[in-house]
Amino acid sequence: MSRDVLLEVKNISLSFGGVKALRDISFDILEGEIRAIIGPNGAGKSSMLNVINGFYHPQEGEVWFDGRLRGPMPSHEVARLGIARTFQNIALFKGMSTLDNLMSGRLINMKCNMFWQGLWRGPAEREEMEHREKVEEIIDFLKIQSIRKTPVGRLPYGLQKRVELGRALAAESKLLLLDEPMAGMNLEEKEDMCRFILDVNDEFGTTIALIEHDMGVVMDISHRVVVLDYGKKLADGTPDEVRSDQRVIDAYLGVAHE
Amino acid sequence: MHDTFPKYLLWNAERFPERPAIREKDLGIWQAWTWKEMKDEIVALASGLATLGFRRGDKLAIIGANRPRLYWGMAAAQCLGGIPVPIYADSVVAEMRYVLEHAGVGFVLAEDQEQVDKIMEIQADNETIRHVIYDDSRGLRDYPHNGLHDFQEIQAAGREHAGRNPEFLPGEINQGSGSDVGIFLYTSGTTGNPKGVVLTNDNVLITSKNSARQDNLTEREEVLSYLPLAWVGDHIFSYGQAYVTGFCINCPESDTTVANDLREIGPTFYFAPPRIFENLLTTVMIRIEDAGAVKRNLFQTFMAVAKKTGIAILNGDPVPLRDRLMYKIGEVLIYGPLKNTMGFSRIRVAYTAGEAIGPEIFDFFRSLGINIKQLYGQTEAAVFVTAQPDGEVYADTVGVPSPEVEVRITDDGEVIYRSPGVFQCYYRNEEATRETKNAQGWVMTGDAGYFDGNGHLKIIDRAKDVGKLQDGALFAPKYIENKLKFFPQIQEVVAFGANREYVSVMVNIDLDAVGNWAERNNLPYASYQELAGHSSVYDMILKNIIQVNQDLAADQALSGSQIRKFLILHKELDADDGELTRTRKVRRRIIADKYRELIDALYSDAESCHVVTEVTFEDGRKGTIEADLRIVQTTPFAPLKKAG
Repeated sequence: MSRDVLLEVKNISLSFGGVKALRDISFDILEGEIRAIIGPNGAGKSSMLNVINGFYHPQEGEVWFDGRLRGPMPSHEVARLGIARTFQNIALFKGMSTLDNLMSGRLINMKCNMFWQGLWRGPAEREEMEHREKVEEIIDFLKIQSIRKTPVGRLPYGLQKRVELGRALAAESKLLLLDEPMAGMNLEEKEDMCRFILDVNDEFGTTIALIEHDMGVVMDISHRVVVLDYGKKLADGTPDEVRSDQRVIDAYLGVAHE
Repeated sequence: MHDTFPKYLLWNAERFPERPAIREKDLGIWQAWTWKEMKDEIVALASGLATLGFRRGDKLAIIGANRPRLYWGMAAAQCLGGIPVPIYADSVVAEMRYVLEHAGVGFVLAEDQEQVDKIMEIQADNETIRHVIYDDSRGLRDYPHNGLHDFQEIQAAGREHAGRNPEFLPGEINQGSGSDVGIFLYTSGTTGNPKGVVLTNDNVLITSKNSARQDNLTEREEVLSYLPLAWVGDHIFSYGQAYVTGFCINCPESDTTVANDLREIGPTFYFAPPRIFENLLTTVMIRIEDAGAVKRNLFQTFMAVAKKTGIAILNGDPVPLRDRLMYKIGEVLIYGPLKNTMGFSRIRVAYTAGEAIGPEIFDFFRSLGINIKQLYGQTEAAVFVTAQPDGEVYADTVGVPSPEVEVRITDDGEVIYRSPGVFQCYYRNEEATRETKNAQGWVMTGDAGYFDGNGHLKIIDRAKDVGKLQDGALFAPKYIENKLKFFPQIQEVVAFGANREYVSVMVNIDLDAVGNWAERNNLPYASYQELAGHSSVYDMILKNIIQVNQDLAADQALSGSQIRKFLILHKELDADDGELTRTRKVRRRIIADKYRELIDALYSDAESCHVVTEVTFEDGRKGTIEADLRIVQTTPFAPLKKAG
């Protein structure tokens, strides 16, 4: 399996004042793979995602995306480069319908200016129809037809998570970052979400980096796993390699103190 | 003479080339195929099946939701003289394996990955299933491809085949005749393994023709096809009658959007089991309670008007002008908008069957001016045994014998019938066939009933379910259950009492209705179990039971079967756990067995009972839930004395 490297982080260090969130972390994400970042609470998983996403600017280290070194830039520019994400604590527009939330994910792909949008004739109308079709495909894909017109705030948690995944998908990004996509879900919802993640990867060929707490789930669906603990990289490899790594076992289960 | 479905298909493509035959909502837009287009699709599929080696007498299992391609699969198999075997899409692997093996299925048309996964599990130790065709390719890209085919791939092969041998398929279609077996329909059955009901083309076509004529169905009807393909009702209403009359069927976008799709389509002919009407009424009531005071009062005022005059107007009975005027105003303000919301604005004829419908539910819809009627049918009869003609509709009867159907009552009070729709046999089950159908073609229904003064058939209960209490009082469980199920907060009820001292019931609350009520009353709950065990929920159900007891006390025959004790179950009765059939009928024997300790507690002095229950998750895994259930006692009313 020879795949190109889509994203590489080199020697990343990030600190907030005296707190060192990440220390000298390096790993890469290959095109088309599902890459998991796991670790106990406070290990620096979300910080890592925020670095990739351009929300945090690390004091040291480099982020290479799509073969180019990425300088510090605001997150919306990063999004334009082709990185979409979801959030640990759902960040949708609660008062808007599912459909509108997904359409908002298409915003970065819309080309018409405000004048045409306001006039709502010709190119703007055509463009909206193209985007709507793409969004309808995602609605079909995620099986959320029944909530198309429902305000997101009224949906149960599991469905909101799914809508958020849909919005990230709508951006048609190269890299999809999922921050604890299965947190707070019951078993059936988790299984559904796993299926969707695998299908996204399979069907659209989207590269996925996901953070997850639930070890079992991660091991089942990801190709490679990187393990963080206290801001340091503990292990990196296939699920089987990571599972049998003594340091990982210690970090997760704890070690007996003499 | 058009005596098979493929022959009807060719004819319809000629007589209605441009009329829509089937629609499906895809990517949010309704897509239509005309009869001519549908014929081309089916011909391509049938020819493709032939290239896979599908021969006369082969069986094609059809598993999935109501998708145009699955309906096409039925006709395609019949083109080649094969037999479609629709299977309930929500069957678990074991149920599906039973049907596939029992019917000797060699070919499968599956909707999606979910179904393909189940079939591959079965294929591991089943050699007869040779080819599996799937409709939706999602997630199936990396599956091994021997014997697994994309629907379009098969059609493409079929088109090529038909191009080379243009005479092949018409020849195959010509070989078919009315006496050929047209379909196997497996009945879910409340006991034991499902039985494969064998129906010929004549069985389905003649019954469809007769019933369509009775209700004046034409090619202009619109029908929403949302009921399971494997159920005889869907086979008649979405397939048989559609081919015979040429009307258009509409496939919903997904099983969760049915209510919305119903509204968009606005069917003119509609069938639903009583449960759906119950749920609809529950939803309406919930939303009215949530509405503002003005709307709520308007609703209540005009529903009272409708209750008084609506049914009489629908039946064409004389009604005073003042009432007629009030009803007209109600139509503008309340009934019209309400019917529009429910998708019933254009309904000419609606049927309900399968279970007894609560008279209050029935009257609610009729009073709105919706011509909902009851029919009594069975898979073994290709549905129609009796049906209510327009203008002769009563809540407590199931109508008069349908055209060409003879109905009699045996000396034991059991209903039996004979008709052109009567099934040939249960597939590979001679014993059961002999028990059900005698040499003269009469079929035992297993239902107890009688003809009332108007010549209408009245069904009391399953013959074997009607019983007596210890003191000899009549006990008809379904009658009591239906009375309770009318309350929107009650989803399901199981009544016990045969050969017991008194009647007791186990109740399932309706999570939507009670959950909504709990939200409005600031009652926090985390699960069905917690809500069901809440004391104020118990109080609410107690009030319902007292009301039912009051009604029962007024009924001379049934005053002895008032409810003395009840409990609210900690889990919803579920088909996955075998407690309901796939058509959601209560399986008494299994419930009585599974909840034995609860039933024992209902007939002891216990005030609560600890219970551990096994549950099956959707993926087939099993778990257990535990609960302490409260048992509540009620005091019965004294039976009303006969006046004078």
